[in-house]
Amino acid sequence: MIALKDVLALLDGELLTPSTAPDVAFRKVFASDLMSDVLTSAEPGSLLLTGLANAHVVCTCSVADLAAVVFVHGKRPGQNVVGEAQTKSLPLIATKMTMFEVCARMAGLVEDGGHARR
Amino acid sequence: MPAAEAVFRQEFAVKGGDFAKAGVVACRIKELLKDLGLNAAAIRRAAIAAYEAEMNVIMYAWEGRIDLAVSPGEVHITVDDRGPGIVDVELAMTEGYSTATPEMRELGFGAGMGLPNIKRNSDVLHIDSRTGEGTRLKIVILTNGHGTT
Repeated sequence: MIALKDVLALLDGELLTPSTAPDVAFRKVFASDLMSDVLTSAEPGSLLLTGLANAHVVCTCSVADLAAVVFVHGKRPGQNVVGEAQTKSLPLIATKMTMFEVCARMAGLVEDGGHARR
Repeated sequence: MPAAEAVFRQEFAVKGGDFAKAGVVACRIKELLKDLGLNAAAIRRAAIAAYEAEMNVIMYAWEGRIDLAVSPGEVHITVDDRGPGIVDVELAMTEGYSTATPEMRELGFGAGMGLPNIKRNSDVLHIDSRTGEGTRLKIVILTNGHGTT
């Protein structure tokens, strides 16, 4: 399992939803800017990596049972989106790393069985 | 599969073009199904089908209504919209076929997966569309664990 705290450390991420549970963990990661693809192909309980930062991301994750979201490339959702995520107990992370960098690092984390390389 | 014996029923209005409220109905349907104690897989399938259908009304129709009816072992979601209708239903069921505008795609939708994904997440899907009038979707999800996802 991949722990949220390891993702934060690996991606130099900022947790935008401090009130969400800190002990969230996931087995799978799904990367897409298309919410249609998330609804079609992401497995429940996955971590979503995306460059889309609007309210549809939170709604899509809620509907499709995704566990948390990483906004890549310095994208930051508005306060209304963050508030909605907190209401739905969906952790949101922002990182300045590009989608490619995030995917490369997350692939290493998945291969390591969820243990972050520091 | 008649929904006459529904033990729970609620209707929701959806306004065409109202992207700010997109997903509100699907999220509410998910909460209601959770409260009714349905299994997680069936809730997820119903919520995804409802979300895709709600987005279709918002993206393509002028207005619509979503009727949720839950009976023992079944969830019925009926979506009636007033709008341009679907000219070629078979083509619209093709994965990747889309008439979405760039604005819709910027919001993360319009990949041509809506109707195929509704079919994937439902056990029964009936589509009745009349060009220039509107479309009716009848979606049935079996909640007894026989679902495909």
